Amino acid sequence: MKASRLPRRAGVGFKPEHFAKIDARPQPLGFFEVHAENYMGAGGPPHARLARLREDYALSIHGVGLSIGAMQPLDGEHLTRLKTLCDRYEPESFSEHLAWSSHGEVFLNDLLPLPYTETTLARVAEHIDQVQETLKRQMLLENPATYLLFDESTIEETAFLAEVSRRTGCGLLLDVNNVFVAATNHRLDPAAYIDRFPLDRVRELHLGGHCDTVDDAGFPLLIDSHDTPVTDPVWALYETVLARTGPVATLVEWDNDIPAWPVLRAEAGAAQTLLDAALARRAA
Amino acid sequence: MSSEIQDRFAAALIDRALPPPQGTSAWSGPRPERRSAVYRNDVASGLTGALATRFPAARRIVGGDFFTAMALAYAERHPPRSPLLLFYGDDFADFVATFEPARDLAYLPDVIRLEAARGHAYHAADAVPLEPGPIKPWTGETALVVRPRLLVDVLRLEPAEAAFLQALAGGATLGAAAEDASALRGFDLAAALVRLLQSGAFTAIRKDNTNGH
Repeated sequence: MKASRLPRRAGVGFKPEHFAKIDARPQPLGFFEVHAENYMGAGGPPHARLARLREDYALSIHGVGLSIGAMQPLDGEHLTRLKTLCDRYEPESFSEHLAWSSHGEVFLNDLLPLPYTETTLARVAEHIDQVQETLKRQMLLENPATYLLFDESTIEETAFLAEVSRRTGCGLLLDVNNVFVAATNHRLDPAAYIDRFPLDRVRELHLGGHCDTVDDAGFPLLIDSHDTPVTDPVWALYETVLARTGPVATLVEWDNDIPAWPVLRAEAGAAQTLLDAALARRAA
Repeated sequence: MSSEIQDRFAAALIDRALPPPQGTSAWSGPRPERRSAVYRNDVASGLTGALATRFPAARRIVGGDFFTAMALAYAERHPPRSPLLLFYGDDFADFVATFEPARDLAYLPDVIRLEAARGHAYHAADAVPLEPGPIKPWTGETALVVRPRLLVDVLRLEPAEAAFLQALAGGATLGAAAEDASALRGFDLAAALVRLLQSGAFTAIRKDNTNGH
């Protein structure tokens, strides 16, 4: 089984509108990440661009449609498509979400939450075993941004992720923005969540923007919208994580209201500065 | 049992009249309508956004608000059956043809069909077209969508050319397809071949071995 092995540097989510700018000169980035489902056509411009990027950069393939957290079986056809894609590009990393997105035959196109119980834990671990056996590679599992809680949950999210990782050998993708969003939405302390998180299993970090709204009772309700710069409290939480882990591959996600290339590159540059500082601290 | 809560959760995403799924809660109060609505809105905007990406011309014709309402009506009745949203909406044109508020736009379904074909050509497997010869003028009403290398092109075909190409695509030999098309008005075999070669529609010529030749 191939281990996940992204360089411990900053990268960005690749958007086709940035391709010409990226391809014009070498970029000071460790890797690009793409959503697997956008590259499941047979050919054409998407693959031409990705193949070109792949020549010069490390690649992370990030799935958004496998529905690992569903109680129903994984979609075998979709898993085969993921395998075809991973075989084609040999990415340094493949990751997916602790969430479900398909129900029956319907694809709901959202990362939906699941209760954390012994039953769901067993199911998620079984699905991850199946993914890793099919792809012949270690996958990373990402913590979700959530807006609701389940009465039937009996396991804390951090303990759930730790146990899934222990049982399956999968790595974890710690989305720092998701931690801040979910902790705020559930009135928890994000730093305490990081304290409980199995950081030794983390192979990639995500940073991204969220938007502020309020819930029915007028309390803060943050939405994981990926349409703004990374906010100050999320940068602070990122530094807290790096102080514990040392440098870890870090992705800046910006999927909606996509900015001009220099803006996104500057966000990645800010992350790289903090990664460099973490490396210097390690060396000292 | 968790599969039951996923049933309830999915039902509340699709039927917007339903309350937040039973068994979910929030620290701040007993009826987390707005929290539940975040998921509902994500589903709706994700699916209408996928259709907007795939059908930009149709969206420009009717405007963003009208398109979103039409796409949402479609998504509620025809949710995707696959995580491959690249190809979601292959039957969107048929739905739009029956969508009452768009009744006056008789051409809209055909615009959507053309964009759907364009999308398939965009993502189709790569193939190297045969080298073209000189080009001649043409007119027509049938569209041919091709992607010779990386750029999608839409050409209008004359009825006889369309019949000729359709016969070839169906596996007919060059001779048989040409003979049938010649019965139609204005068919010029040499001109049709040149133009179709020029478009990059052909990737290979196969010898007919069915008669043992």
